[in-house]
Amino acid sequence: MAKEEFKSLEVYETGPTLTFSMGPQHPGTGHFRMVITVVGDMVVRCDPDPGFVHRGEEKMCEYKTWITNIPHLERPAILDSAGMTYPYVLAVEKLMDIEPPERAKYLRVIMAELQRICSHLYWLGLMGVFAGHATMYMWCFGDREYLVDLTQLIGGQRITHSYFVPGGVRNDAPPKVPRELVKDFSRYYRMILGKDYPGGEMPEDFRKYVLAVCDFFDARLDEYYPMLLDSPIFIYRTKGIGILKREDAISLGVVGPVLRGSGVKSDTRIDEPYDAYPYIKFNVPTMDGCDSYSRMMVGYYEMKESVKIIRQAVEQMPEGPVKLKQHPVTIKVPAGEVFASAEAARGQCSFYIRSDGTDKPYRVKICSPSFRNLIAMPYLIRDVRIADIPIIYWSLNYWPVECDR
Amino acid sequence: MSLSDVGEILARLIEDLKKKFGDKILEVNVEPKKITKVLVAPECIKEVAEYLKSEWALDYIKGVTGIDLSRLPNMAQEVLEVIYHVGSLSSEALKAVTLSLSTKISISDPVMPSLTSVWKGAEMHEREVYEMLGVNFKGHPDLRRLLLPEFWSDKPPLRKDYVAPGRER
Repeated sequence: MAKEEFKSLEVYETGPTLTFSMGPQHPGTGHFRMVITVVGDMVVRCDPDPGFVHRGEEKMCEYKTWITNIPHLERPAILDSAGMTYPYVLAVEKLMDIEPPERAKYLRVIMAELQRICSHLYWLGLMGVFAGHATMYMWCFGDREYLVDLTQLIGGQRITHSYFVPGGVRNDAPPKVPRELVKDFSRYYRMILGKDYPGGEMPEDFRKYVLAVCDFFDARLDEYYPMLLDSPIFIYRTKGIGILKREDAISLGVVGPVLRGSGVKSDTRIDEPYDAYPYIKFNVPTMDGCDSYSRMMVGYYEMKESVKIIRQAVEQMPEGPVKLKQHPVTIKVPAGEVFASAEAARGQCSFYIRSDGTDKPYRVKICSPSFRNLIAMPYLIRDVRIADIPIIYWSLNYWPVECDR
Repeated sequence: MSLSDVGEILARLIEDLKKKFGDKILEVNVEPKKITKVLVAPECIKEVAEYLKSEWALDYIKGVTGIDLSRLPNMAQEVLEVIYHVGSLSSEALKAVTLSLSTKISISDPVMPSLTSVWKGAEMHEREVYEMLGVNFKGHPDLRRLLLPEFWSDKPPLRKDYVAPGRER
C-alpha cells in the first residue's frame, strides 16, 4: 500500500472494547470459534459459536437402520468411540428387552475404560502443550500408543471400532497377543522404565498381557504427577483460573470431570450402574477447587481408577459367548421410547430414542457431554486474561465434533 | 440404588404431581427401565417445572429433545413434541432418577414458554431445538442459531418434511 493511500484510511472510534473472533482456524481449539470482547487484556464477554463441524448425525440416524447407525454414531468422538455408542446400544437393548451375555459385559467395560484412558491422555498431553510443557505431550502420546494397540487387538481398529452391537460385542478378544506386539512393548517397557519386565519374558496370553500393560501404565501415571501436575509452571497457569462453583455447575447442567472438579460426586457408572460396573469396585474422584487445576486432577485420578477397573474386569471376566446372535442389518425394534445414559470419557452421554416399530429409528437425540459443557464456557471465560482462554477452554475437555454432532 | 427404589420414587413423584395439578397432567407414560414421561399442556409447563425444581429438587437438566410427530402412525394432527429430561444432583436419593417433562405444540404455530428461568442450563439446548425444529421459545434471553450456518434458509432440518439432499426415503 502506498503511503498516500495509507494516510487516507479512516480511523474508527470503537470505544474501550474490542470484539474479535478466536478460531475457527485453530490455536489448538479444534474447529470452533469464540467471539470475544476485550477491554485491554481482560475478556468481558465470550460468545461461543459452535457448528463448524455439524454433520447432522441425528437426521442421518433417521435414514439408516438400527445396526448401520452404529459406525457413524461414533464419528463425533473418535477418541472415545466406545463411550459415544455405549448409550445408543444400551437404549436399543432396552427397547428390544434383551441383555448381553456376561462375557460381553466385561469386554464392553474393558473397551470403554481403555478408551477413557486414551481420551484422557490426549486431554492431558494437549494441556501440557497449552501450559508450555511439551514434554508431557510426548510422554502421553508415547504411552497412549500401547493402549491404542490394545484396543486394536480387541476391536480390530485403532480408533473407530464399532465394537458394541445390541446384544453383545462384535467379536471376542483374541486368546493370544501377536509376537511382534509383545516384543515391541517389552522394548518400550525397558526403554521407559529402565528395567526388564519382572519375571523375564513378557506374556503372550491376552489376560496377562493386559495386566502387564496396566502395571506399566500405572507406573507411568506415578511419573506424570511430578512431571506435570505438581510442577510450578502448571500450577501457576491453572490454579484459581476458570472458577465454576458447585451450585453453578449443577444449575448449568455440566457433566463429567468438569462437574466432579466442582466437588459434585456424580458418575453414571455408580448412580445408574449398567453392564459389569455393579460387580467392580472403584472410586469416583472429586476435587473441591472448582478451577482448571481441579478438573485436570480429576482427569488424572480417573485414569488411575480406570486402570483399576480394567484389572478387575480382566481378572473376573468369565468364558462364554460374546453376543446373543448375529443380527441382520434390517432388524426391527419394537415401538416405544427410551432415555439411556452411560459415562463417556468426557462425562454423561445420553440418548433419547423413539422407535415406531420399523427397521429405522424415528428419532435419535444425542445429549453429548461436550454440548453440555459448552454451556459453562461463557460463564467461565469472563473477567479473565486472554492468555488464560486456552487453559480454561481445554480444562473443559471440549471436543467440537462431539458438541456439533 | 436398585431399580425398584427408583421406580418407587418416580411413582411417588407422579402421584404427587397428579394430586397437585389434576387435569393439567394430560398423560403419564411410565415404562420401567426405559422412560418416565409426563405430558402437560404448553400453558402450564412452566408452573409444573417450577414445582418440580422447588419441591422435588429436580435441578439438573440433562437434555432437551424436540420431535416432529407428524409421521408417526395414528397421528391425527401435525404436532411437535418438546421433552425436557431432568434429574437431580442436590438430593442424594434422587441421583438415579430421570424425569421427562414434555409438551405438545402444533406445527403451524410452534410457540411455547422458555424454561431457561427454571433451568439455566437449558439455554443452549433450547437454541438447538429452535433452529432444528423451528420452535419459538417465548422468554428465552438469547434465541439465535447455534449449529446451523448463518445462510441456512430451508425448513428446520429435523422436521419430517425436510428431506436431506440425495437421501430420499
